[in-house]
Amino acid sequence: MSKFKKKANVKQEIPTSSMPDVVFMLLFFFMVTTQMRETNINVKQQLPEATQLKKLARKSLVAYMYIGEPKKTDEWGKEPKIQVNDVFIEPKDVIQWVNQEKAKLQEFERDQMTVSMKVDIDAKRGIIADVETELRKANARLLLYSTLQRRVDN
Amino acid sequence: MPRATPDIPNASMADIAFLLLVFFLVTTTVANDRGLAIQLPPPPEALPPDMDIKIQERNLFKIQVNSFDNVLVEGNPFFGTPSELRDMIKEFVLNNGADPNSSDTPEKAIVSYKTDRGTSHKKFIEILDAAQAAYYQIYADRADVSVKKWLELSSDLANPENKRLYDIGRGRRPDGTVEIPMNLSIAEPTKAGGK
Repeated sequence: MSKFKKKANVKQEIPTSSMPDVVFMLLFFFMVTTQMRETNINVKQQLPEATQLKKLARKSLVAYMYIGEPKKTDEWGKEPKIQVNDVFIEPKDVIQWVNQEKAKLQEFERDQMTVSMKVDIDAKRGIIADVETELRKANARLLLYSTLQRRVDN
Repeated sequence: MPRATPDIPNASMADIAFLLLVFFLVTTTVANDRGLAIQLPPPPEALPPDMDIKIQERNLFKIQVNSFDNVLVEGNPFFGTPSELRDMIKEFVLNNGADPNSSDTPEKAIVSYKTDRGTSHKKFIEILDAAQAAYYQIYADRADVSVKKWLELSSDLANPENKRLYDIGRGRRPDGTVEIPMNLSIAEPTKAGGK
């Protein structure tokens, strides 16, 4: 008679029958939360960090503008450029762009349009100030400097 | 004759689902619609041409940043952290005439922020963040909420409760003026360091 019983045979299988359900659940989550990017960003985008972030209430009222050094420096040079939709524009074209964006909105919403400026950290103040001057002329005065949340709060 | 049972092979279902999952995982971008909100002043043409505003020196808190990202605060070089700058601005705004070299009232106090064309966007945001933080902290303290809550409620003023707290924080008077307006003046940058 042995003192130790033989260990019972325990099944060592993970039940896999629910795996498709789990995966589908994840799939639906990502399908719902995903947002297809409609424009290719052709400028460098390393956003600065800040602490006092505000969230935009209505996304339909936002027009995006990207400023930074072009990714293809051999073609476009190293100077920071302004990108809207899929093209590079000069500061003087900003008014026209604002009017195009405003035309997409309902009439009563037009003065609530916010311009979200996604500016690379290495871009200089000069080009941004030029754009701001044009935005003032175009009467698109709500501005958001897009930033990331700084993690460590001092 | 036994009827053929119609069944779909479901062994590969998990694989298909995984494939789709990976696709959405890769293409997904977390939308980043957060940042520092400011309102630009009206265009220069809209202002009366001979408008000459006299502002007393004591009511101005000057911040200057040059093209090497060096900071001058009230004419003195500043090497501190953004939170130190934030506390200086808070002290300046809430002086209420106590220190003869600081502001008269919060309403008259103006934070003037001037950069060069060569100042980097990173530094610009850092200082702007500190200046806004000062005001938001004052507002949040008065409305007795956290700064985080304040930032949330101020972007949704359609809600009457938010509007009420917002008015308490900024000290809205019955005639529509505000006791502590965010007087943050971002001046046109000077030519240095830019093209």
